[in-house]
This record gives sequence, C-alpha cells and structure tokens, in this order.
Amino acid sequence: MKILALDTSNQAMSVAVMVDGQVLAEMTLNRKKTHSEQLLPTIDHLLQLSALTPEALDRVVVADGPGSYTGLRIAVTTAKTLADTLQLELVGISSLATLAAGALRTKDIIVPLMDARRQNVFAGMYQWLDGALINVAADRHVALEQLLAELALLKQPVTFIGGDVAKFRDAIKARLGAQAHFVDAVSALPQAGRLALLGQQAAPVPPATFVPRYLRLTEAETNWLKTHDDKGHAPYVEKV
Amino acid sequence: MSERELILAFESSCDETSVAVVENGVTILSNIIATQINSHKRFGGVVPEVASRHHVEQITDCINLALAEAKVSYADLTAVAVTYGPGLVGSLLIGVTAAKTVAYAHHLPLIPVNHMAGHIYAARFVKPLVYPLLALMVSGGHTELVMVTAPGEFAIIGETRDDAAGEAYDKIGRVLGITYPAGKEVDRLAHLGQDTFHFPRAMDGEANLDFSFSGLKSAFINTVHHADQIGETLDRNDLAASFQAAVVDVLVDKTMQALREHPVSQLVIAGGVAANQGLREAMTAALATQFPAVDVVIPPVRLTGDNAAMIGAAAHIELAKQHFADETLNAVPNLNFARA
Ligand SMILES: [Zn+2]
Repeated sequence: MKILALDTSNQAMSVAVMVDGQVLAEMTLNRKKTHSEQLLPTIDHLLQLSALTPEALDRVVVADGPGSYTGLRIAVTTAKTLADTLQLELVGISSLATLAAGALRTKDIIVPLMDARRQNVFAGMYQWLDGALINVAADRHVALEQLLAELALLKQPVTFIGGDVAKFRDAIKARLGAQAHFVDAVSALPQAGRLALLGQQAAPVPPATFVPRYLRLTEAETNWLKTHDDKGHAPYVEKV
Repeated sequence: MSERELILAFESSCDETSVAVVENGVTILSNIIATQINSHKRFGGVVPEVASRHHVEQITDCINLALAEAKVSYADLTAVAVTYGPGLVGSLLIGVTAAKTVAYAHHLPLIPVNHMAGHIYAARFVKPLVYPLLALMVSGGHTELVMVTAPGEFAIIGETRDDAAGEAYDKIGRVLGITYPAGKEVDRLAHLGQDTFHFPRAMDGEANLDFSFSGLKSAFINTVHHADQIGETLDRNDLAASFQAAVVDVLVDKTMQALREHPVSQLVIAGGVAANQGLREAMTAALATQFPAVDVVIPPVRLTGDNAAMIGAAAHIELAKQHFADETLNAVPNLNFARA
C-alpha cells in the first residue's frame, strides 16, 4: 500500500511517503512559515524522491485535529481534495495520537498536549499495549489545571509529549512532581512516518463529508447557543 | 486533448463556496454556489472562523457537482483557476488549497485570479467587452471605480475612504432591525418611501473620484437614536428611501464624473450591490440623459454576487497571457488593483 501522510496541525509540518510499511521519504519542518506555501511543494518533492506520482498513491492519511484551526484546514483540505480527485482512500488520525506515537519504549500513560490558550490545552491519554497505541481517554479541550488534577488521581507515571509541553513544564512539575516524565525536543515534533503507520490499518472515510476535529465550537457559536436553540436553524449552508 | 478551453474555477473569498466550469471564457457549463448566509444570519454578519469551517465542509462536494453538471471530466480540463484575494484569509485558503491540489493531481496549469477582476468579468457573460471600459464595483467589501484599459489591465481611479457601500447597508439595516444581509430589504423599503431626511452626500461634487459612506451611516444612526430618545417613531420606508437616495446619488454622480474624465463606450456595474434596483434605475436614467452613447452592462443577479463562473471568465484572460502560479500560491487577503 502506498501512503502519503501529512500533518500541519501545529507550527511543525510533517509529510511522509510510506510504501508497504516502509518509509521512503519523510520531511519535518519546524520553521514558522505558512503551511499553505510549503505543504504541496513538500508533497511533490517527497513523491518525486520516492519515484511516485500522486495518482500512484493508494491512501492519504492526515492528522485531522485538534490543533491550530487554520493549520488543520490546510492539511485536511489538501488530503480530502487529493483523495476525492484521484479516488484514493482517505484516513483521518488524531493529531494528538500522532504526537503520542513519538513516545516510544514506555509503559507510562502518554499525554500529548497542545496549547489552546488561556491556560487551556488540547490533550488526550494514550498507552502502548502489545505494540499498539491505545487511546485511553478521549482527546478534548480542557483546562490544564483540571487535566493535571485528573492525572494526579491516577497515581501512575505520565509522559508528556508535544511542542507546547515546554511552556507548561513548570506547572506540570509543580502539580505532579516525579510522576511526570518528559521527552526530548526531537520526539516532541510530529513525525508523519508514525502517522502513516497509525493510518495504514484504519478504515477509510468518505472525503466529501470529511472535516477537521476542532474539538471546540467557534466563540460566535458558543455565545449564540447561550441564548438560542440550534433546532430549526439548519441547514446553515445551501446550494443555490 | 479537446478543442474546447475548459476552466475549472474556484471562489471562496467570503461566505460562498463556489466551483464552476467555464468554456472559452464565455459559456457557463456549471456554477455551483453553496451559500452560508443562513449560518451567518445567526451572528448578524460573516464570522470568519465559521465561514472557513463551512468552506471545508463544502469544497469537494462543490467540485464534483460542478464537473457533473458540466458533463466534463478532469481529463477534459485546460486549467484550474482560483480567487487568491482579496477576501477573508481563512476562507480564501480553502479555495486556494483545493485548487492547487486539483491542479497538482491532474498536472494542470493553475491560474490565480483577483476576486475584483472576477466581479468585472461577470459582465462578459452578458456581452463582449469593449476596451477601455469603466467599471463601478460595489459590494459588501468594496466600492471602487476601475478603468479596464485592456483585457486584464485594471487601474483604480476612485475608491471608498472608509466603509464600502454594501457594508453601510448592513450597518443601517441592523438599526432598522433587518437581519443580515440587509441590502435587498432596504432596497424594497426604499421603493415604498420618500427621501425626506436628506442625509449628507459625502464627497459629492469634490474634484476626486473617491467615496465615503461612514458619515452617512453615522447621520442615519444618530437620526434614529435621537428619535428614540424623544419617543418619536420615524417612518422606516422614508428612512430606507433617504439612505438609499444618498448612496445612489453619490454612486451615480461619481460615475458620471468618471465618464466625463475618462471617455469610454461601456460601463460595467459589478459586485453584489449591482443587484440593487434603486441603483440600476438611477444609473440607467442618468446615462440616458448625460451619456446616451455609453452602453451599461449589469450582469444578472446570480452573477453579481460571489460565484466561481466570474473567476473562470477572468481566468480566460489570464490564461491567454500565460499568467500561472505554482504550488506555493498563498492567499493574499488585501490584494488590490493599482491606483491609477
Ligand atoms: Zn465579491
């Protein structure tokens, strides 16, 4: 199976080409440059290096959230359009699972984490079981303080992973002490090769209805729902 | 390879996701428009993050519908075109990303199109354009007088210094309790009332061709608030008629002034506000007395609002000039024509 995997859910961008379980090419960029400008040229470059054309692919695997809203939309739109236009299989994998897959050789609970501002984070809980990465608590938008309180109750070792972990390291240590473990800066970046591995067994989804998992309503919708009932207002988008 | 030139065009600059197939720059084979108005009505205006999310939901569906309705396949296409600005960056990025991906996947040239050029070239579906021509571009985001000196060559000769005309409609509409977008309803009420309030015609009669609508908007809001404070009820129809008369007067006067300074044989009225009946009537009447030889071209309502067919028409001109973009194409939210 020939897989293209892509993740632009945060500042780092990672793209990989995997054929029959082997990574042929992988590139991770961690410069602050717009994903819009660099994603497709990188895909093109890596496919060329792999001696493949886009139509030769079987499957596109994309990190579909949570993450930066604009970033998610770049990879998800690229993935769903590519899959739709060339009739390839499409698979969405949690961008938190993608990060968690970078924490190897640990029995700890793995907590991938992204800054969601105002002391909130996007986070999930994962664990390796017989070589498979298991999601033990769903990805969600949560106050950092609440997440740390829940983890303290578990009384199990926890490995934190993700580019934003450094920002919260002091707060995490203060709350969890020796229970908290951290990975190095290289493992903290998403690696699309791992994303491809996670996505090679997953069931494909239809591209037309595929959207990012934002895990948060927009602020406008949240405020509107405080005083309105959602019923009777749909459809919000109509073909005219 | 087919003899026909077929452009698959994308438009997602604001709150419409649209994909079209245009043949030879003049024939619309399909023009799928998914409008989000019903969603943004909840908030009284377009919320950029909500708009971006809807575009992602819609984009591939619109592509497939556009190809199916046009009865063409990817193999038949000559090029892919997309609006890359101006507009909301998050919205623009969905069309740009999808268009780039389709072009890349099918080894097709990618044509970047200025959204404003698209609005002007919507007129090409009505009749052939004669250069040089003058375009009055009026929409929710823009109010500009543009000289089109040759195919695809644009120069701004006048523009709004603050609010766009359409924006002013939405703001005073809110004061009248009209849900977003207000243009159509204000236009309807205006036809039932009289210009009794005589709001200011800002910059009218000045030597330049620029516009200003924020003073008019403030005068309108102050009038209504003052009446509220003294417990007086003003006639909504007269308010709408007075507002519309002020907007239309300035648009018509400045257009006539532009025609005096820049002799052309064709005037194109472009953008969403071109659907306004009051503007159409006043402009036609003014031309009949002052410039009877000038041919006014106003696209049908479906083509004055945002749609991808107009992007396909503008792309036809760019294709002839071989103006292509590569896979690094990005959205340019503040893209504009050069000032003359
Ligand atoms: Zn427009």
